[in-house]
Amino acid sequence: MRAPRPKVAIAAVAVAALAVAGCAESNRDDNSGSSKKDTLVFGVAGDPKVLDPSFASDGESLRVARQVFETLVRPEEGGTKVTPGLAESWTPDAAGTTWTFKLRSGVKFHDGTEFNAEAVCANFDRWYNAKGLMQSPDVTAYWQDVMGGFAKNEDAELPPSLFKSCAAKDATTVDLAFTRVSSKIPAALMLPSFSIHSPKALQEFDASNVAGTAEDIKYPAYATAHPTGTGPFKFKAWDVANKTLTLERNEDYSGAKAKLKTLIFKTISDENARKQALRSGDIQGYDLVGPADVEPLKGEGFNMLTRPAFNVLYLAINQKGNPKLADLRVRQAIAYALNRQQLVDSKLPPGAKVADNFMPDTVEGWNGDVPKYTYDPAKAKALLAEAGASNLTLKFHYPTEVTRPYMPNPKDIFELLSADLKAVGITVEAIPLKWSPDYLNATTSGSKHDIHFLGWTGDYGDAYNFIGTFFDRPKDEWGFNNKALFDQFKDADTTADIAARTEKYKALNKSVMEFLPGVPISHSPPAIVFGKDVTGVKASPLTDERFATAEFK
Amino acid sequence: MFRFIVRRLLQLIPTLFGLSLLLFIWLRRLPGGPETAILGERGTPEMRAAIRRNMGLDEPILVQYGRFVRRLIKLDLGTSTSTKRAVTTEFIERFPGTVELTITAMVIAIGVGIPLGYLAARRRGRFLDHASVGGSLIGICIPVFFLGYVLKAIFSENLHWFPSSGRQDPTLEATRVTNFFVLDGLMTREWDAAADAIWHLVLPSIALASIPLAIIVRITRASVLEVLNEDFVRTAEAKGLTEQTVRRRHVLRNAMLPVATSIGLLAGGLLSGAVLTETVFAFSGIGAFVAEAIGQRDYPVLMGFILIIAVVYVLVNLLVDLSYSFIDPRVRVR
Repeated sequence: MRAPRPKVAIAAVAVAALAVAGCAESNRDDNSGSSKKDTLVFGVAGDPKVLDPSFASDGESLRVARQVFETLVRPEEGGTKVTPGLAESWTPDAAGTTWTFKLRSGVKFHDGTEFNAEAVCANFDRWYNAKGLMQSPDVTAYWQDVMGGFAKNEDAELPPSLFKSCAAKDATTVDLAFTRVSSKIPAALMLPSFSIHSPKALQEFDASNVAGTAEDIKYPAYATAHPTGTGPFKFKAWDVANKTLTLERNEDYSGAKAKLKTLIFKTISDENARKQALRSGDIQGYDLVGPADVEPLKGEGFNMLTRPAFNVLYLAINQKGNPKLADLRVRQAIAYALNRQQLVDSKLPPGAKVADNFMPDTVEGWNGDVPKYTYDPAKAKALLAEAGASNLTLKFHYPTEVTRPYMPNPKDIFELLSADLKAVGITVEAIPLKWSPDYLNATTSGSKHDIHFLGWTGDYGDAYNFIGTFFDRPKDEWGFNNKALFDQFKDADTTADIAARTEKYKALNKSVMEFLPGVPISHSPPAIVFGKDVTGVKASPLTDERFATAEFK
Repeated sequence: MFRFIVRRLLQLIPTLFGLSLLLFIWLRRLPGGPETAILGERGTPEMRAAIRRNMGLDEPILVQYGRFVRRLIKLDLGTSTSTKRAVTTEFIERFPGTVELTITAMVIAIGVGIPLGYLAARRRGRFLDHASVGGSLIGICIPVFFLGYVLKAIFSENLHWFPSSGRQDPTLEATRVTNFFVLDGLMTREWDAAADAIWHLVLPSIALASIPLAIIVRITRASVLEVLNEDFVRTAEAKGLTEQTVRRRHVLRNAMLPVATSIGLLAGGLLSGAVLTETVFAFSGIGAFVAEAIGQRDYPVLMGFILIIAVVYVLVNLLVDLSYSFIDPRVRVR
């Protein structure tokens, strides 16, 4: 009897597959052989949204921008302190409103044009004079966060601009004038959103022409295909279909040239898939390592880097949600009820710390001398009884399906915290919600919840960026109106003398912990991992890792 | 036949309008909007309100729908609120990945499923039959994402035989023409790029094929068993026809009708399986993109996707209906 045809067909398919496989595998081997020394593929959790960092606020876009562009000042490598970038030095005038920056000379943009004071002013003028859709909060989020408004605000609700003008005094000296003193300057200028672009490229690719309607924002070609900075890497290609973005070494870089010839960011949204891709050799590093994977990967010999914790996880108490919560004693009771040390020890990655302020101790203005609420359930019960709130019931929101650098496993955190609250007699009503948009909406609009946890990762090393973001004005998330506290913030922010300002922030941290709008819980160090043979990268608390120094052993 | 096809295509228009209106209202009734996803935990209620106002999301729903339809008539699906790129561009770039993946999975499912189901039926009660019936049960039960992880753990992480993610090795720098990577490689004669793209398809398409393969095995087996018991098969065998003739002309042909129907239905299901497979394998297709769009409340992407899926679904089922007349001449298309 002849062999049945299906068998023949299966055999044929198998042979063909093996033949192709052999061919592909040999290619892969050849390729990895040549690319091993100079090409790094790094796994990231999401696609960048836009290549012009002026319009970006998401981490993945900013990560690309940090390799392609440079800013006037930049964070020290591995830290948060302001250090020279495109500017060698900077000084404020006596009033603290005009800052003079001395620029580096001999720097060229990727298109060959010269970097100078005129170029700096062209950039600031572009942002300040933004019109139409460029004033939309989702387009210029960081400009609005730092500077407020624009030369001509088109939306009446936009605040006046902090930025006033830019003057090029000579090729390497530039003056930036501000409408008032602000603690954000110069630290905020480290943000990739203040990257200096080539004025020629901005013009050539119509960079300010954000077209369409607000519903249908269409970015110009510059923002999708022609980012032109002065950084150690140049943009090469963005292959959306293959989820990869390729940068190549800038051979004319003014500083130490990148050791890698090619740097590829490959999007792998699933955390487990990133880990598998690292182990299988598809990628040579990735970010947002799950806390549970830190020790195993380290044990396997991967190069695990731990970022200094530059974030805070907190329990917010909504004073509007439940009148009882407006009573300080009840808020204090909640604080004493929480065994934060146990949470840090059992659920957070190694190196995590209990938070005493709403900001990490690496930021100027942190204060060790604040009221501390160490775990004391008996005291919590007594305070509740004193406030007549022994039968307190709290609606407790927590997010599902999300991992944030400050909050690796929300459900575990919720369970521990609610067990602590139950132990002092507080009835907890669990309300799990999907992170986006349900949880974010519910917690920040403050309509129905009593307590929830949320956090923040700092943008730059400045106290205002942490505590000011939370408490400088009435916010629905917290539901209180404490004019004295708000005034204290305004005073600190507009203090020109840095030493005096630091003291004011210390006092503010104390006031916040006395008023206790919520409970700071922890600071967690996020991890970033590289292949066994990749060295040279220093972890940065601001995720400002410099891939130019990466190399294969 | 021609009129049948035209009629079926025309029926699509009211279906699409009805579907789009229902969907439009439903999406906007979901709590939260794109503004929350855009701003993340950094958003204040004021900023969210400004974005909603700018996007026209505070207008009456019918006004918004009217705007959507006006654009749709011009085949403009709008701009993704999360990526700020035209929805059609996003789809053109990502659809080929999903098509490559689902077609490969379907080829595996049909190419392996039908012969296996047939052999199982012919060897009823013997080892192959038990193995394929048992195996298909496992295939149906194992979730696609779990199978994906297992396949990767074995063949990528440990054996390093196959890549674990993506559609192509990014260091290859392949030329993009149609975004069908295999086709592009063949068209531009970059053989290594084509082979690499096929290589990247192996694990995800096996994971995606698992459920349809199992279903096709079972349906083919049952259908062949039924036909084998028919009188005409016995007659054909009694007439002295060769086994091959009986198998091809009498058994397979008659047994294929229910199989073809199920393939039509499975093709629709494959797209939902692709969402999981693409996420697990970081495969840049439409599935993973839409999964993200749901969390982002990216209305234009979701509207566009569902309308396109509806069109594809109708077309696939039209093809299945047309295939009946080829498989079985008794089925006349009027």
